[in-house]
Amino acid sequence: MRRIKSLSELERWRQDILGQRAQYDTTIYVCGGTGCQAYDCQKVKAAFQREIKEKRLEAKVSLKITGCPGFCERGPLVTIQPQNIFYQKVKPLDVPQIVSETIEKKRMIEHLLFEDPKSHQKFARASDIPFYKPQMRLILSQNELIDPNRMEDYVAIGGYQTFAKAISKMSPIEIIEEIKKSGLRGRGGAGFPTGKKWADCRKAQGDPKFIICNCDEGDPGAFMDRALLEGNPHLIIEGMLIGAYAIGARQGFIYVRHEYPLAYKNAELAIKQTRRAGLLGQNILGSGFDFDLEIAQGGGAFVCGESTALIASIEGRAGEPRGKQIHTVEQGLWGKPTNINNVETWADVPLIIQKGSAWFSSIGTEKSKGTKIFSLVGKVKNTGLVEVPMGITLKEIIYDIGGGPKDGKPIKAVQTGGPSGGCIPASLFDLPVDFDSLKEAGSMMGSGGMIVLDEATCMVDVAKYFIHFLQEESCGKCLPCREGLKRMGQILSNITEGKGDEKDLILLEELAEVVADTSLCGLGKTAPNPVLTAMRYFRPEFEAHLKEKRCPAGVCIALIQYSISEADCSGCGACAKICPTQAILGEKKKAHRIIPELCLKCGSCKDICPEKAIMIQ
Amino acid sequence: MVSDYVEKVIKQHQNKKTALISILHDIQKKFSFLPEEALKKVASTLSMDINDIYGVATFYRAFTLIPKGKHSITLCLGTACHVRGGPKILREIKNLLKIEPGQTTGDKKFSLDVVNCLGACAVGPVMIVDGKICGEMNPFKAKKVIEKLSQNKKRERVI
Repeated sequence: MRRIKSLSELERWRQDILGQRAQYDTTIYVCGGTGCQAYDCQKVKAAFQREIKEKRLEAKVSLKITGCPGFCERGPLVTIQPQNIFYQKVKPLDVPQIVSETIEKKRMIEHLLFEDPKSHQKFARASDIPFYKPQMRLILSQNELIDPNRMEDYVAIGGYQTFAKAISKMSPIEIIEEIKKSGLRGRGGAGFPTGKKWADCRKAQGDPKFIICNCDEGDPGAFMDRALLEGNPHLIIEGMLIGAYAIGARQGFIYVRHEYPLAYKNAELAIKQTRRAGLLGQNILGSGFDFDLEIAQGGGAFVCGESTALIASIEGRAGEPRGKQIHTVEQGLWGKPTNINNVETWADVPLIIQKGSAWFSSIGTEKSKGTKIFSLVGKVKNTGLVEVPMGITLKEIIYDIGGGPKDGKPIKAVQTGGPSGGCIPASLFDLPVDFDSLKEAGSMMGSGGMIVLDEATCMVDVAKYFIHFLQEESCGKCLPCREGLKRMGQILSNITEGKGDEKDLILLEELAEVVADTSLCGLGKTAPNPVLTAMRYFRPEFEAHLKEKRCPAGVCIALIQYSISEADCSGCGACAKICPTQAILGEKKKAHRIIPELCLKCGSCKDICPEKAIMIQ
Repeated sequence: MVSDYVEKVIKQHQNKKTALISILHDIQKKFSFLPEEALKKVASTLSMDINDIYGVATFYRAFTLIPKGKHSITLCLGTACHVRGGPKILREIKNLLKIEPGQTTGDKKFSLDVVNCLGACAVGPVMIVDGKICGEMNPFKAKKVIEKLSQNKKRERVI
């Protein structure tokens, strides 16, 4: 690794890297993200290594293991450049053919291309695929070009040049002004103006000052921060360098949640590389600016995403939040001024400084600027990470990019904002996605999880899920959250078990109000949101559980019965074979039946039945 | 041996009290749980109250005071995995192993844990079997995995 002392040396390093790459005719990019790892992308990588070696192509073909390009559903993903061919669902067995056909003979392999399930059209280039086409991938597009473990890859695409220019040509105040003018708002959920936070921290009295990158992405269903830190850690470090210079911080922390081991590993290595290159440490680029980064690991506590709890965790204590009469920008880590931003916020910073605030603020809506990454998951066809300009409608995200419902059942809602957000019904899918409209609908942007729910999802069950989740994750420090959520959870459990009555809804609303008004931190204050939105938009479902003791979606176990439709059953016996309690009887080729007393309602029979003859009542 | 290892780990973290969480992670990585002896050693080496160490060790879900089994099964119950049938898988596993999340079977063969989100939502429901992420799980596949592992077959041949 070279030691970089100036902007010109950085540029020379970049030219040298590009020069070394000129020898390669072809580069193979294999996604190494956590999603593709679930599909054994390591075996695909090993197969490519073997094949390249056997055919003695090492001098001509370069193999790169990259971060997540977003289309996790179709993994493992492989892109061949410069032909720009995008292969999906690649298996190790496909590799020899890819090398002999696509790389050596420059021919496309039809069956590895993406086929649109609606039009049956095949696409060779990723950018033409309906999943990618409506997106605006300003940040995520870097992921697929970079091996996160090689700093050279980031330098090759112009990495760290924005910081190098900023530190030599801009004053800290100018940078803060630029961020303010861009209209950037915190991507962690609440949408606080980033420029204002930086200015407040710069003004605050106290030395040293700290900056923190919050990668405690606790919202279940959201994984853009993981993908960014895991796939492009140097981008986050560059954003933090610019922020530290602007704020006047000398030490920074990247706080990574325990559940993201790969993000931790990649970020830790990136910090070491940057330090070796002289871009972290003392007198960076000969400017007199000192800054260093450390990595801190969480312990699996959701509440640690809250800024004061996160600080307690970095200090080595239990992650209990404190009241925020005094803001963290004035008294944070060890009582010193501390600026905390989310991973995606830091990732936006280099772009804004490089291309200017006017460019950034031209994207998005009046009050929400730039792009936002969402994780589109749940009952939708195309799942993965999508980056779109603020203001795009929910409908465009779910139907145009997501391709609509997964199992053919109509989509009824989308859950945004994690456990602090809410469920937005399909009737509001024309809503533009920005900080303010989602809040008006009773939900929130949160860190960007979008979980699509269809007719087979019970809204009472979803509300119960979130309350139980938060009850377990409540740190227990303040009473309204600790006890209130417990009682709300009990009421919801009763409803799903058919033991509720109509007074329960009034009590739930009352409790929700008290918990929201009197809890200490954001966890408790926003905890009732999922229940309130579910009750607001899906009241008939609650009433069906209460009055008719019926679960319309067929989810709540106490309220459903499995049976077999005699007319549809072919008597294949698959259900009887899989049933864990031998509760299904019947002769071969004759209609089977379920013995209700033995049935566990596990649903295994329904999943396996080829005739779809298993019914839920 | 526990005591020596704890000393080494604390030294690596420059005897910093603020590194407590990282120190506990390192100890757990080595022993698969936090032995009492190790926690006492951490308290004495860092001159901290043992109650504070226990406070941290029991606050964070990632730490366990119970030894783990030979095979570890971690099931994700994040929202995306929940709506795609995660709870059904949990019921099946609980039914098969007769343990609750956070527990280890009597024969020390399996440990079961649940987590709130592994960030692999697009391929959910997700389960981690001995460190390997398995996507698109269902109760049937989970049963197969457990059956094969209890017959001492290798995981590679299972999924």
